[in-house]
Amino acid sequence: MEIKTETYEINYDESTMTICFEGSLRLSGMDEYTPIVELLRGIAEKTPPHITLNLRELKFLNSSGINVLSKFTIEVRKNKAIAMTVQGAKNVPWQGKSLKNLQRLMPALELEWE
Amino acid sequence: MIVEIFGNFIENLPESPEYLILGFSPSSVPLQQRWRNNGLSADFLADYLTTFFPAKEDDPDTQYKQEEIKGAVSYIANELLENAMKFNNDCTNYPIGLSLHLQSDRLIFMITNSIASNTVQSFQHYLDKLTNADTQEMLITQLEENALEERGNSSRLGYLTMIEDYGAKLGWKFETVEKDPTIVTVTTMVQLNI
Repeated sequence: MEIKTETYEINYDESTMTICFEGSLRLSGMDEYTPIVELLRGIAEKTPPHITLNLRELKFLNSSGINVLSKFTIEVRKNKAIAMTVQGAKNVPWQGKSLKNLQRLMPALELEWE
Repeated sequence: MIVEIFGNFIENLPESPEYLILGFSPSSVPLQQRWRNNGLSADFLADYLTTFFPAKEDDPDTQYKQEEIKGAVSYIANELLENAMKFNNDCTNYPIGLSLHLQSDRLIFMITNSIASNTVQSFQHYLDKLTNADTQEMLITQLEENALEERGNSSRLGYLTMIEDYGAKLGWKFETVEKDPTIVTVTTMVQLNI
């Protein structure tokens, strides 16, 4: 499963249960984010035992995008059968600032820094 | 002229030796088409500013500082522009202006846009709440509330993330700049220690 545009790319590798985000996500409001929300929801609904969310190549994210990741984290939190690891990069400034909020929403979430 | 201040707003900002101003005429291009410009403008401001925070090859601290400032400017300027474009009163031709001022100890962003008179009250009510709340708690509550909403076009996370994640101080000034027809503007000021 993937979404590919000029500015960003999201793909899910079912064999490794890894979702990779790349590029820059600054879409306008929640409506434009709907396809991404649906892709993420589809993955959570399959209840894989573990999800790795690799954000290391996601250079920019606006607050609506932060909202999308938070929504997904809360959805995963509700399903106790799924464990989640978020992979971030300290050299991508927004990640050092904002990824900790995902852990506040889901304390069992593992944050892996590069 | 009616003026109302909320939060941490400095009136009569001392002139800074270095500043940049970007102006947008809101009605010239539809919102969707100019959305991309927000990110471009924010990245331009961030890139431009790195000149003042040179990274030295043999000093990782300076490289880190430069990246950190660049990231913060790009995030904050983009959020301010997105808000201004979204809530601007396009019935007026009042321009949107974003300025960035460099001072010795901080960066100051100021963005001015017009807003519809009938939205002023609810906006001010929100600012009252924001400026008096525990913002860390408010951010988490907002994230939880947003997760329950199926749609809802406003995430209300822009200001909260600037305060909580970037340690910024925020203030707002409302002015009625014209009467008959009434034009109300709001100037948002963001102060970021450097």
